[in-house]
Amino acid sequence: MAVITYREAIRQAISEEMERDPKVFIMGEEVGIWGGTYAITKGLMDQFGDKRVRDTPISEAAIVGGATGAALAGLRPIAELMTINFGLVAMDAIVNEAPKYHYMFGGQMTVPLTIRAVGGGGRQLAATHSQTLDVIFAYFPGLKVVLPATPYDAKGLLKAAIRDDNPVLYIEHSLLYPHKGEVPDEDYLVPLGKANVMRQGSDVTIVSYSRMAQISLEAAEALSQEGIEAEIVDLRSLRPLDMETVLDSFRKTFRCVIVEEGWKSYGVGAEISTRIYEEAFDYIDAPIKRVAGAEVPMPYARNLEQLAIPSKDDVIQAVHEVLGIA
Amino acid sequence: MATQTIPLNQNAEVNSDKLVEMFRQMLLIRRFEEASEEAYAHGQIGGFLHLYIGQEAVAVGAISVLQPQDHIITAYRDHGHAIARGLDTNALMAELFGKSTGVSHGKGGSMHLADVSKHFWGGHAIVGGHLPTAVGLALAVQYQHQDAVVLAFFGDGATNIGLFHESLNLAAVWHLPIIFLCENNLYGMGTAVSRASAAERMVDKACGYHIPAQQMDGMDVVAVRQTMDEVVSTVRSGSGPHFVEALTYRYRGHSMGDAQRYRTSHEVKEWEERDPINVFQHILIDQGILNDKQVGQIIREVNHEIEVAVKFAEESPEPDPEALYQHIYVED
Repeated sequence: MAVITYREAIRQAISEEMERDPKVFIMGEEVGIWGGTYAITKGLMDQFGDKRVRDTPISEAAIVGGATGAALAGLRPIAELMTINFGLVAMDAIVNEAPKYHYMFGGQMTVPLTIRAVGGGGRQLAATHSQTLDVIFAYFPGLKVVLPATPYDAKGLLKAAIRDDNPVLYIEHSLLYPHKGEVPDEDYLVPLGKANVMRQGSDVTIVSYSRMAQISLEAAEALSQEGIEAEIVDLRSLRPLDMETVLDSFRKTFRCVIVEEGWKSYGVGAEISTRIYEEAFDYIDAPIKRVAGAEVPMPYARNLEQLAIPSKDDVIQAVHEVLGIA
Repeated sequence: MATQTIPLNQNAEVNSDKLVEMFRQMLLIRRFEEASEEAYAHGQIGGFLHLYIGQEAVAVGAISVLQPQDHIITAYRDHGHAIARGLDTNALMAELFGKSTGVSHGKGGSMHLADVSKHFWGGHAIVGGHLPTAVGLALAVQYQHQDAVVLAFFGDGATNIGLFHESLNLAAVWHLPIIFLCENNLYGMGTAVSRASAAERMVDKACGYHIPAQQMDGMDVVAVRQTMDEVVSTVRSGSGPHFVEALTYRYRGHSMGDAQRYRTSHEVKEWEERDPINVFQHILIDQGILNDKQVGQIIREVNHEIEVAVKFAEESPEPDPEALYQHIYVED
């Protein structure tokens, strides 16, 4: 096992899959000569040439839509959006074209497309560049939406996404790029749509994903000092959603806190808690709590931005509340 | 826009067969559309229904020069293109009827006709939404060094959406083997081109992207074929993208239930006098390629084929209820 960063894990996944299959290529803004705005694709153009590492104009709709057409014709493109926020100008391509073709044309078309984008806040990029838009995309049947929280998952999920025959939106978190973790030396995949129990515990289930799973892990370590053992379920995928793993944990702990960086209204917490109420009502010992981002357009000022993003302390407080500790 | 363009080529044997086949296809489209209009009135077809009547020469002339390995993609007024590509009229009509035997198994309807085995990639209902897809098909051709071109049909209305401009630019920057064929029928739904587009000539919009562009008479199937023959050969030889504007006209409303307040019946009548099928029929008879009896025979065959298609659609089963959850994803 090598210890590498989340950034390096993503780069390795792309490089190894391009090495493995000549039909895999990457296209997006600044992926080539620049090496990626977040340095994910650094060195790939030298390694694979400009045919397979393709710089594009600032045309998000054409990037995703173009990759969709190439996927229809049998290639396995990776379309990179510089940030998920720019996906909003490519919404038609992301949610209304690629995820519809297989179904709408009676199964005769397949779209083996991976869309990569970085999301989340915490870098003082203000309202339009700091959003967590995961649930918007997860709303659409036909699209898979995965979000790694660790270097291990970053690599394994991306490789699985590239090999999947469906359109997959793979959302990274920029604050996780320097995060380090163990990654196997050999080839491996992390199946899409399977949640991960990141930490075992019996007192409360914390359901989270992406960077908030790491924040939850920090909270759990602190809680452990108080004698509270939290179990952490990292969803890894919002669609398909692995409720089995969530419910298995909940039936053990009877208490749940859901932590997400996005806005609370209509969010992941709303979905997960409702499903628990629907499918495990008899196991509920305390009202389910949601920890989520402040419902404001993200402010620029450092202190305000920090107030808007859920923190370790917010998670600890929510766990105290569900356990009845004032 | 003279309709008397008939420099029919030298090789009369081959060409007359081809010309007769084009005539038959135009009639087949016309009759298919008339039959679907009727079925719609009877409530056998739901949703939207965008008829291609009046524009037949464009699809037939343009697609007649393509090879099987070439790719076609179009917008929601797609019946004519599908028929010109040789999709099975039974399966096409069944799709309109929402039956399991339809080309898209009843999941797509009139606007989403496709047959991947014929490289006919749909039938797309979001205006301009298929143009980036078309560019991607062309990228795949170039990437894999295939001897193929992509022919992308769209209407004048699509030239006002950003997707169109992103697609033209990317195709030009990457020098892709694609022909953008704009069917300018003078109205985007009910809004005249002059009220919607600062540039009234669609070809002018290609100039900014350094894409060679030309207009052609979309009511003249021979003119369409000749123009497209040259354009497709050029693109096939590696010229990069081309843009062609077909000047044409739809006789029916945009979809069903269009009061057509945006145009006069006089205008419609004027275009109908240049009807692409009538004009072509006269040419074929004048040239001695067909006689009245042979024309009658073709009409009977076409009518029969459509009657069979309607019957097939009527008698086909609806999709199985379990089809509701099929094909959301490709399963492993």
